[in-house]
This record gives sequence, C-alpha cells and structure tokens, in this order.
Amino acid sequence: MISTNAYVLLSAILFTIGVVGVLVRRNVIIMFMSVELMLNSANLALIAFSRARAESDGQIMTFFVIAVAAAEVAVGLALLVSIFRAKKTTNIDDVNTLKG
Amino acid sequence: METFLFITTAIVAVGAALAMVLSSNAVHSALFLILNFCSVAILYFLLRAPFLGAVQVTVYAGAIMVLFLFVIMLLGAENAELGEEKIGWQKPAGLILGVALLAEIGYVAYRGTKLIDAPVADATNIGAPTTISAKLFSTYLLPFEVISILLLIAVVGTVVLTRRRVVAREERQS
Amino acid sequence: MQDRSLWVMIIHAVVLAFAALTSFAYLTLMERKVLARLQHRVGPNQAGPNGYLQPLADAVKLMFKEDIMPSTADKWVFTIAPILATIPAIVIFAVIPLGPDLVVFGERIPLAFASLNIGLLYFLAVTSIGVYGITLAGWASNNKYSMLGGVRSAAQMISYELAFGLSVLVPVMLTASRSADGFGSLDLVQMVNAQAGTWLGFIPKWFVFTPTGFVAFFLFLIAATAEVTRAPFDLVEAEQELVGGYATEYSSMKFALFFMAEYMKLIAMSGFAATMFLGGWRFPYLEDIAGNWGALVGFVVIAAKIFFFLFLSIWVRASLPRIRYDKLMDFGWKRLLPVSLATVVATAVIVVLTNPL
Repeated sequence: MISTNAYVLLSAILFTIGVVGVLVRRNVIIMFMSVELMLNSANLALIAFSRARAESDGQIMTFFVIAVAAAEVAVGLALLVSIFRAKKTTNIDDVNTLKG
Repeated sequence: METFLFITTAIVAVGAALAMVLSSNAVHSALFLILNFCSVAILYFLLRAPFLGAVQVTVYAGAIMVLFLFVIMLLGAENAELGEEKIGWQKPAGLILGVALLAEIGYVAYRGTKLIDAPVADATNIGAPTTISAKLFSTYLLPFEVISILLLIAVVGTVVLTRRRVVAREERQS
Repeated sequence: MQDRSLWVMIIHAVVLAFAALTSFAYLTLMERKVLARLQHRVGPNQAGPNGYLQPLADAVKLMFKEDIMPSTADKWVFTIAPILATIPAIVIFAVIPLGPDLVVFGERIPLAFASLNIGLLYFLAVTSIGVYGITLAGWASNNKYSMLGGVRSAAQMISYELAFGLSVLVPVMLTASRSADGFGSLDLVQMVNAQAGTWLGFIPKWFVFTPTGFVAFFLFLIAATAEVTRAPFDLVEAEQELVGGYATEYSSMKFALFFMAEYMKLIAMSGFAATMFLGGWRFPYLEDIAGNWGALVGFVVIAAKIFFFLFLSIWVRASLPRIRYDKLMDFGWKRLLPVSLATVVATAVIVVLTNPL
C-alpha cells in the first residue's frame, strides 16, 4: 500500500507547480487554470487523509471543493469574457486600471 | 501493481502539470490540465474513493474544462501572451519563490508528524456512494444546502456579468 | 474486483469491443437501407447479395483514401481529436448489462462486463469526456466552418447534459423505492434487477411504466439524441450551413473514426435507454429461464430492444427537419431543463410518500 506521505508529497509538488504558474504566466486563462490545479492538489491531499483516517469526511470536503470550484470557474470566466470585451486582451499586465 | 500504478500516474500528473504551465498555446495548456485531472482521478480510485473519482472526471474534466476550452475558442485567445514583459524580474522571482515554497512544504512534510495509516480493511468502504450519501445528507446537510445556494448565486452572477450593456439601454428606451 | 482471472477479463473485453465494432458497421448499412425505404429509394444493393457487403466496401474505400493534413492545422491536436472521440465511445460499453451470468468451461462470466457501484456515474463521466473529440477537431482544423461546428457542439452538449443527467436520476430514485434498505443504486445491474416481475401478471415492472419514469424516458430520449448529435439535433455537421462541420478537413481513417464514434455512441445510448427504462435484458416470463439458455435469451431480448431504439432514431432522422440553432438552445434551457427538474422533484415526492421511512 502506498503511504499517505507519498500522496501528500505529490500533492505538494502539484500545488507548487500551480503557484509557479500563477506567478510566471501572464495569460489570464492559463493563470486561472493554474488556480484550478492548486485546488485539485488540495483535494488529493484531503482524500489521502480520508483514507489514512478510514473516514469519508475528507471525501465529502473534496465534494464541496469541486462544487465551489465549478461556481468559481463560471463566475471567473464570465469576468474574463467581459474584460476581453472591454480591453480586447487576456494579458493580465494590460488590465491595471480600476476603471473599465 | 498498486505501486506501479501510483508511480506511473504520479509521473503523468506532474508531467502534465508542468506542460500545462510551460506550453505557449492556451488550448494545449487546457488539454494538459485535462490529462492531469484524469490522472488525479485514477489516484482517487487507488485511494478507495471511486465516487469522487467519477465526480472528478464528470465535473472537472467534463464540465469545467469544456467551459475553459469554449471561452478560449470564443475569444480566440490561444496565443495571447505577446508583447514585452512589463515587469522584467517577475519570472525569475516567481521561480525562486516557487522553489522556496516547495522546499518549505517538503521540510514540513519530512519533519512533521508521521501519519499512521489505518488498516486497509477499515478503509475499504469509505468511498462507496451509499457511505458518502448517508453522511452528506445527515452530518453535512447544512453545508450541502449552502453550496446549492452558492451555485445559484454563481449562475445569476454569470448571467449578469456577461449580459451586454446595449440590450439594457434598448430596454430603457422602449 | 470479481473472482475472474485476468485472462478471462481480457478476452471478454476484446470480444465486447469487437462485437461493438461489427454492430457499428452493420448499423451504417441498416441506416442507409431503412432511410432509403422511408424515402422510396432502393438503397445500396450492389456489393454482395442484396448489398450486405456494403460496410466492407466502405471500410476498404476509406482505408485507401489519402490522409490529408491541412498545412495550417495544429498537427498534434488534429491527430489526437479522432482518438479522443472514439475511445469514450468504446469504453462506455463496459457497464451495460447484456444478460445474466453465463457459465463457460466452469468459468462464471457475467454478461455485464463491469458491475460497478458507480456504474451510472461512469456512464455520465465517459459521455461528458466525449465532447472533446468533436470540439478539438473543430478548433485544430483552423477552418471557419470546422470551428463553428466545434463551438456549436461544445455549447449543445453542455446545454443538454443537464437535462440528460437529471433524467437518469429518475431511474436511480425508482430503484431506491424498490430496494430493501431504502438506498438507490448507481449500479446498472441492480437497476435491471429492480425491474423484475410484473404487475397484474402481464405489465412488466419496467420503469417506463411508472408515471414519472414515463416522462423521464422521453426526456432521456430527446437529451440523448442531442448528446450524440443525431438528427434533428445534428447542427454540428449541418451540410447546408457548415459544409461538413467539424469533420470538413478530415479524410481517410480519421474521418472514419469520427463516423464510428458517432454510431457507437448511438448504440451505447440505446443500450442505456433499454437498461434504465425498459428493463434491460428482462422480459416477463422469459427472464425466469435459468442457466446458459437464460443468458442467451436475455442477450437476444436486450439486442431486440437496442434494435428498436436504433430504428426509432433512423425513423426520426427521416421524418423531422433540423432545428434552428437558437431554437435548439431555447428548447434545451427553457423547456427541457424545467420539465426534467419538475420530474425529478415529482419522483422524489412519490418515492417518499409510497415508501414511509
């Protein structure tokens, strides 16, 4: 059986890749996808803990995270579409004023 | 068998995540992220969470990423990272901070409390749909209902955000 | 998982995939023949006796065509797209129960290849993955008609997936009303078992004969037709507006793979409709036959039901004109979704009222 620590380590690596993606990339869509990657790696850790404790609570938390992620993506992409309509760009550096 | 599956899937997941961050085309990024989600779903199956694995594929790979692809195609934004960097030191700084974070998490994972895994026999049924539903509709009923309201708010918010202003103006005039 | 050896499972999987592929080939012939008869034509009748070798001739023709890659296409995605379309269409067959257990050489082989406790979720997951093939094909071709076809398919499938998912919830809840412990089941084998027996000795206890199951059955048929992009919902490949839609730039075997994926999905959807609403391999009194003969009869029964749905689909294609795009979206969101939500609520109320906890 694979130990829980291995899963947590994998989750940490995926999370770091997501963080670096947000910091390095300037395309809003790819940054947004990196955020999804981070959420996903947290889910992996939750499910690993759930198995380690032999209780399903961690899985239910993951279920909630997935639902919240769906809502977040819908609103985020809507924001992105409306920014693109106003500025004709998806580069985050071009969106630096408070006025639309 | 389990070790082999875990190692292969972990390598695919990490490789897909790296490729997602590094590829210059947003559609390729989305495809690599789908690959990552699918391999994480396989890890869920290994962790005795079949229900969550199927939900992961249905919701993340099947709905969320379709939405991403749809928006990328709609905006024609697959190659939108041209033009000069406005803040030159951003990329190296991001990389250094990322490595620092990995070192930090790795240190905590290494030095922190070693988890004692429960015996396999106890963990066989924790991911079955009946187990999850029984807990979801008793202990976690309130969060479940709150999530449904959150989703409703998201739907309304999305419609409001993407609604074109022109339509509103026409309605005011008529 | 089960007490089967790995070899038996591999052989079973190969046989299943091969059977699905062959039935796809003859479905194309059946479609052309039936469509021809419905339009007062003769249909293909040259290759072999009465045209029965036509699928073979088609296959040979497609294999020897030149494989053209547009110079501006995204090479990788262009190649991956047909594969992504075909794999879900084949693996989806794993959870359809095709009959009771068969005993060959002392090995017990369940005709339901995989009896998963998440069978229905597996089905939903695989169908939702199936969107990618068409969408990416449209994007990778770098052609405005293909692109429009791809965007249309993504929008259409997301829209109809809601009604689709809600309509399959009804059989799950109805299974709960007939189970001993009050839990429903996502396992398709359990679902078929819950539809055993008859009312009054002649009406089979299939879910389609319950009040809400009847409504859900039609919702499922409409949403499934939209999911597999069959007429009258075939806007992704509307010849009159979009040339060939997402498949415009494809030729040779890559085109054949898209064709195959579409028809295999149609067969799989027919199988699921039969399993969830028409009792699967069960038929009053015939289901009581034990042993290998029972397995054979069960298989013939579900094959007949699948055939019925396939014929229905061809019939609809010959009868109904294509729906306009805005009307398609209107119908999906403003008609189908509210009705399916209401059906789910009604089913829940009925199940709770008839089964006091």
